[in-house]
Amino acid sequence: MNLDDLEDMAEEIRALDADLEHEVRVCMAASCQSSGAAPVLEAIKGAVAEGHRCKVKGVGCMGLCSAGPLVAVQSRGTAEPILYRDVAATDAAEIVASLGGGPVGRLHQPIEAPFFARQQKIVLQNSGIIDPESFKGYVAVGGYAAMVKALTEMTPTEVLREMTASGLRGRGGGGYPTGLKWSTVAKMPADQKYVICNADEGDPGAFMDRAVLESDPHRVLEGMAIAAYAIGANKGYVYVRAEYPLAVERLKTAIRKAKRSGFLGAHICETQFDFEVEIRLGAGAFVCGEETALMASIEGGRGQPRPRPPYPAESGLWGSPTLINNVETFANVAPIISNGGDWFATIGTERSKGTKVFALAGRIRNTGLIEVPMGTRLRDIIDDIGGGVPDGRAFKAVQTGGPSGGCIPEAHLDTPVDYDSLKALGTMMGSGGMIIMDDTSSMVDVARYFMEFCMSESCGKCVPCRAGTYQMHGLLAKIAKAQGTRADLALLEDLCEVVQATSLCGLGQTAPNPVLSTLRYFRDEYEEKLAGG
Amino acid sequence: MSLQHAKPAPPSDDKRWKIINATMRRNGYADHALIEALHGVQDAFGYLDEPSLRFVAESLDLPLSKVFGVATFYHLFMLKPKGRHACVICTGTACYIKGAGGLIEDIEGRFGVNPGETTPDNALSILSARCVGACGLAPAVVLDGDVLGKVTGPDLLQRLAEVAQ
Repeated sequence: MNLDDLEDMAEEIRALDADLEHEVRVCMAASCQSSGAAPVLEAIKGAVAEGHRCKVKGVGCMGLCSAGPLVAVQSRGTAEPILYRDVAATDAAEIVASLGGGPVGRLHQPIEAPFFARQQKIVLQNSGIIDPESFKGYVAVGGYAAMVKALTEMTPTEVLREMTASGLRGRGGGGYPTGLKWSTVAKMPADQKYVICNADEGDPGAFMDRAVLESDPHRVLEGMAIAAYAIGANKGYVYVRAEYPLAVERLKTAIRKAKRSGFLGAHICETQFDFEVEIRLGAGAFVCGEETALMASIEGGRGQPRPRPPYPAESGLWGSPTLINNVETFANVAPIISNGGDWFATIGTERSKGTKVFALAGRIRNTGLIEVPMGTRLRDIIDDIGGGVPDGRAFKAVQTGGPSGGCIPEAHLDTPVDYDSLKALGTMMGSGGMIIMDDTSSMVDVARYFMEFCMSESCGKCVPCRAGTYQMHGLLAKIAKAQGTRADLALLEDLCEVVQATSLCGLGQTAPNPVLSTLRYFRDEYEEKLAGG
Repeated sequence: MSLQHAKPAPPSDDKRWKIINATMRRNGYADHALIEALHGVQDAFGYLDEPSLRFVAESLDLPLSKVFGVATFYHLFMLKPKGRHACVICTGTACYIKGAGGLIEDIEGRFGVNPGETTPDNALSILSARCVGACGLAPAVVLDGDVLGKVTGPDLLQRLAEVAQ
């Protein structure tokens, strides 16, 4: 199969819907489902009659989770869909009756609002538009074209060159250049290599990977297949959290359908390239997001990290060279191959290219999923896109990077978001969770919360992390209860340094970050709580 | 090529063991099938008891210590049976900021159980999760597999009282 054949196939699929006037899309991602999207989908299907020439389908995440269930109506001849918010099953008849006329004012969510207008979608391009359970739906919007292009028109070296030119950096948090990582694995002389997709999204407050897997699973598989071709692997694993049952289900469906159509498995698209993908379920251990722990877990053992080097690129899964990338990283691959690395490199900042998906949550009006170019100011994300802090409260801090990150105060909100600027502020990009806190949150308590998290998630292998997080948690709890002394605070700061410098893996090395960053920007809150002033 | 040793008989003639055996067979009874097999047991029976851990260990030719080590390492594996209903309180950052702690206190006040515990009549187990990824709807809980968003204390207590009857 070449690109022309694939385009013919896409054309045939699109032709099936040629006589449709409208398409009603109901968000069936996990958030909207828990707001009651399934009855809405059924009700709209029931209300649509033959004469409407309308297709009703369940789609993935549309982003604005706080206003779910969301429904979009796309009519022929209009560029943008009409979006409805807070839809109930009882609204179905009214929405269907309005087809071809003006929107239902009561439910209308203008998409000119900054929440939508300020976004730029690459990773989430198909989210909320295609049916994630339909292989044909993905092909119809140009899916798998990048894979077919890579397999039939490019050598592995050319794929590596495009990835390097794109400047894409790992979206799991580390920010390691993706092209360099791929090239390292590609250079390893080994018969057996593996590709692993890290979907163990353990950071509390982050749900980007869940949304991508639930909304556009084929995009991730396509990215993995291109990676496998580039590095010379024929076996891949997706390591996904068991806490995401819907994502697992949709991924399973996607793998089955892609395989049946010859887009995964042996001789993909009638080429000499074979690639099998299997799912491995996590079992609730945060440390398994660390790459060596993740591999130990795939091998069936306890998810405990081991020292690096050797890096997985040299000796990974079962001792073979292994490429591990995060879900969002793989989701960026297909557009890079289709449009070229140079195109991707025009988006973003000098050292952080492309867009980033963020999960907005906490004390903010618009919670949900957004995608913005790297370099967007924090203030624009929080005030414009997020709609600011509700209930008349004052903004206090935004927490990024989960338990490995830190809190950024008001004074630094004009910082453009990229890997390096966040690092300079004492936090990190992390996987993309952004939790907004208002003046009701105590920063000492937030630091204690994250330390409690790291303490109970520490795998126990190395002493600094196992014992250090326990001691730091004790000190923080003491200070939070206003029983701490100046000596306790000094000891806490010492411990931060020791744990950071001597822990085996990222979990321990970054566990002090929430403490250090709150001490840096909110030291007065600690001082106020010290016993005897 | 080593000889496959004889596979042990399941702990009981319950049909659900066939599914678990199929999972292990699909992975060639390799040691890396351990977590998959434990997931299978827990999906089928709700928790992992000693006979099932022994059975999995023998089937995969692994020391019981390794199987027990893995089963206790991961938070998701339960070694005790759950109640008839299970309510998972998400304690992720967004839920924490929006009052998950209050929900746990409310439940303790009403039912006298903390996360990880089951009511004496075995009707309700309360669990906590690190993050269920429903941060946009914080605070969230998962009641018998259904995610409930923007939960308030009184609403949750009422729902729990209804299911736990």
